[in-house]
Amino acid sequence: MRGFWAVYRKELYGMFMSPIFYVVGFMFLLVSGVFFNYILSQVMLFSFQIAQHPEIAKGMSMLELFFRSFMWNISIIMLFIAPLLTMRLYAEERKSGTIELLFTYPVTDAAVLAGKFTACLSAFVILLAGTLPGVIGVSLMATPAWKLIACGYGAVFLLGCAFFSLGIFASTLTRNQIISAVISFGLLLVLWFIGEAKSSAGPLLGSILEYVSVAKHFENLSKGLIDSRDIIFYVVFSAFFLFLTLRQMSSYRWRG
Amino acid sequence: MIEAEGLTKYYGPIGAIRNVSFEIEKGEIVGFLGPNGAGKSTAIKILTCYMPPTSGLARVDGLDVMEDSLKIRQRIGYLPENVPLYNDLTVRRFLRFAASSKGVEAKRIHAETGRVISACGLEKNADRIIGNLSKGFRQRVGLAQALLNDPDVLVLDEPTIGLDPTQIIEMRRLIKDLGGNRTVLLSSHILPEVAQLCQRVIIINKGEIVATDSPANLTSQLQKTAKIIMEVSGASEALQQAIESMAGVVKVSCVNNGTSRFVIETDPHMDMRSRIASLAIEKGCGLLELRTMQLSLEDIFMQLVTEDPAVEGVES
Repeated sequence: MRGFWAVYRKELYGMFMSPIFYVVGFMFLLVSGVFFNYILSQVMLFSFQIAQHPEIAKGMSMLELFFRSFMWNISIIMLFIAPLLTMRLYAEERKSGTIELLFTYPVTDAAVLAGKFTACLSAFVILLAGTLPGVIGVSLMATPAWKLIACGYGAVFLLGCAFFSLGIFASTLTRNQIISAVISFGLLLVLWFIGEAKSSAGPLLGSILEYVSVAKHFENLSKGLIDSRDIIFYVVFSAFFLFLTLRQMSSYRWRG
Repeated sequence: MIEAEGLTKYYGPIGAIRNVSFEIEKGEIVGFLGPNGAGKSTAIKILTCYMPPTSGLARVDGLDVMEDSLKIRQRIGYLPENVPLYNDLTVRRFLRFAASSKGVEAKRIHAETGRVISACGLEKNADRIIGNLSKGFRQRVGLAQALLNDPDVLVLDEPTIGLDPTQIIEMRRLIKDLGGNRTVLLSSHILPEVAQLCQRVIIINKGEIVATDSPANLTSQLQKTAKIIMEVSGASEALQQAIESMAGVVKVSCVNNGTSRFVIETDPHMDMRSRIASLAIEKGCGLLELRTMQLSLEDIFMQLVTEDPAVEGVES
């Protein structure tokens, strides 16, 4: 993996130098904060109502309810921000011609890709860390469910891997960043909601659609149900798109 | 050091280069010369492992571009044609990135970037954002990144394009200083530049090599006749006839403009100057000027790359 660190540092630096990251980061924290507030007030209202019926309230964790809804909302926001964070990675490199430098430096295509992908994930982890204080604060007020929280963040991280790998692939398809963002946003939306089509499809097609639905697997994981099938789904999903990106790189070389 | 054997590259149905073969020895400075679109950049991109050839072999230091791409890239410093750079990084940060990509060890990176910054005269601009630099400085940054990690082979694609005359002179001086023990391959469509810098010229046109030799040899080989310019005062018809009847003279033309100016084409293997001079004095003319006219590289280039063979040396 020669050149991984060089590319990783350059990408991270480029990310922090570009206004896109700050605008996207600000919007991410703003929108997730709004949802945080809204969900918290809804959950509180619900807990007041349910407190009248202690027999139902028994065994229900308000924190769990709150956290699951919050993670669900974060995953929706990610549908919007992932294309914005990944759109420039290869598109800009091709537009400015700097891909020629990367292709002629003694670094492998895989190392370049790994550097870009990891830099993107690191930036995302920093954004995600911005939501932690609120979540920890709320947890401390209730009985903390650290396992659930760790599992939720793990699920969001895996989802990030999947979204970014698809986004990076989309950014290799064009020199234009906006087109790249539109392609990845479109694909992500389709893969997110494809499970809904299950009801109108036959049993076989329906189960396939449900399996490729990104949302379905996220739902399980964010509940705290660690199922290897869901984890494998995200790993394979990411690996598939990273592989396509590498193929796309060698295709550039041949086409010149 | 660099070998190409039957290199061919097609972009779809369009052949960029066809069956190009050449060899460059270690330590040579070689110029790739050709009009725009002749295939210079394509050949260079194959040698720098940017893209593979459609067919043919290319080797750098005995290593094949297809099999040992990474090892070759380690040995080559490459300045691409339009000097692509990361516009949002500072010069220093970009060079640090380039150095670490090229495998310079972490503790040497600082010294190494410092070295190329001063070699390319970038000290004052080292902390500026590349996007704000002028064309000349961008070119220097491009050269600086090519020099990182002291490569054995330098490949410069149109290194002086878009620079102003002083910058061009500086750039040439820089390139000349870089030669020595390094192998340098540079492409250009500016002829005097190649003539000045390079020991050998490869002229390429429409994807094929049309000539390979030193600038001096190319000039003498392609001269079918040697031309002598003579200016005399008080010339007569008799002088012209006498010269025409000399053995070895092919053609004489004369322009009278107060003084007479003869252009005498002679057999290139004979130096006729002294005989012509004594003839002129014999005929009672005042000899004002006598010299041989060398074809410039430009003339040869025009002969080789234009289909019309009539275009020949124009007097400078």
